[in-house]
Amino acid sequence: MPADALAAAPRLVDRMALGLAAPVCITWELTYGCNLACVHCLSSSGRRDPRELSTAECFAVVDELRAMQVFYVNIGGGEPTLRPDFWEILDYAVGHGVGVKFSTNGTRIDEAAARRVAATDYVDVQISLDGATAEVNDAIRGPGSYDAAIRAMRNLQAAGMRDFKISVVVTRENVGHLDRFRALADRYGATLRLTRLRPSGRGADVWDRLHPTQTQQRELHAWLLDHPDTLTGDSFFHLAALGESLPGLNLCGAGRVVCLVDPVGDVYACPFVLHERFRAGNVRDAGGFAAVWRDSALFQELRAPQSAGACASCGAYDACRGGCTAAKFFTGLELDDPDPECVHGHGEAALLARSADRPAVAGGHSHAAGVGAVRAPAGPVLLTLGKRPD
Amino acid sequence: MTWDGTRPWTLHESVGLRPEPFGALAYHYGTRRLTFLKDVRLADVVRTLADHERGEEALRAAGVPDAQRPAFEAALERLSDAEVIRAR
Repeated sequence: MPADALAAAPRLVDRMALGLAAPVCITWELTYGCNLACVHCLSSSGRRDPRELSTAECFAVVDELRAMQVFYVNIGGGEPTLRPDFWEILDYAVGHGVGVKFSTNGTRIDEAAARRVAATDYVDVQISLDGATAEVNDAIRGPGSYDAAIRAMRNLQAAGMRDFKISVVVTRENVGHLDRFRALADRYGATLRLTRLRPSGRGADVWDRLHPTQTQQRELHAWLLDHPDTLTGDSFFHLAALGESLPGLNLCGAGRVVCLVDPVGDVYACPFVLHERFRAGNVRDAGGFAAVWRDSALFQELRAPQSAGACASCGAYDACRGGCTAAKFFTGLELDDPDPECVHGHGEAALLARSADRPAVAGGHSHAAGVGAVRAPAGPVLLTLGKRPD
Repeated sequence: MTWDGTRPWTLHESVGLRPEPFGALAYHYGTRRLTFLKDVRLADVVRTLADHERGEEALRAAGVPDAQRPAFEAALERLSDAEVIRAR
């Protein structure tokens, strides 16, 4: 989301922190069903949920977004293309002026699907890839997932789709692949998008061993400054504490600029906090999504001025604003503690001193035999490829 | 093309413009670029460009003082580069 600010004071970031009349975009997870079982899945996806929104309910959500002038939705899951009505919902959104960007593992982007995506400006797609080699990628996303993603990219390119996204979660294992990811993006006429590994969903199980080291974070920061056209979804604003801010708002947008709607209609503050503590309401409630966005007690709380807490005495607080709420919450830190990946090391100290255990994270919708069903110890991870749920 | 206040302009047809307390958000569905208009009068100018035969008339109608004209025209220049507005 390249932002272009056109005038000086008041600081836009201060205005945005108070919340917008409507979100710029929402993340909308259409299903918990997935045919992969990635070890870091934010939503612990695997099996569909019988309470998932019906087609008609999805159309009603689109109607609300249109009325609120939400520009686009980031559709994800699970694997959203597993929903039999996926293309119908996509067409409905586009037909009503709500742009769609959807995230997919690529397994179902065959030639026909690629042509469909390429046919309109209002649809963008991001293919998830977590290693520039099959070995590194498949250790995270499962056997065969690298080949499937590459096949999808080839199909999109052949269909004339320009500037789709390759979406990478940066880990300790793939942070050395950044130039190779870029070369891949160039080869397929795509744009590289890098996002931060969060300890959310099944990511809580692998965060300790997969989150980048301090040295790697500094290398990543330098690389991002050298490659400003790389998209990050404002993911790495905690790195601003290293001195130079990355392009973007450098602000936690949870409940202020963005939010998430999950497959059963629950509204959460952001895509990385699928937990009761950050549930604002449900689109099926009276007043629908608009009332949740406008009135929920949680969102009001997030839009109120935030305390710098333990970071108040740190000179970098203005730059990083204490980092990512989700990363703190799921590592058992207080919300006004430093980010667990604080580049000045305050997070590591806080992790050692934390009083509470990490919040309990249920297996969610993980496949019963999948890795997310239990907390996996560090070490080799076995993957289970699930059957298609429908 | 380059901003020229003597010519007729309009909001680009691929752009959604949404009022906000600080001004407006403009989203281009083709380039997928989000632009922040950080001034309510600038948002007014952009929204009403098509109502005027000359771009500068929209500036006058929105109450932009002469002293601030250069800043607004620089902003409009950038909006033209970003295809948020176009000559008609």
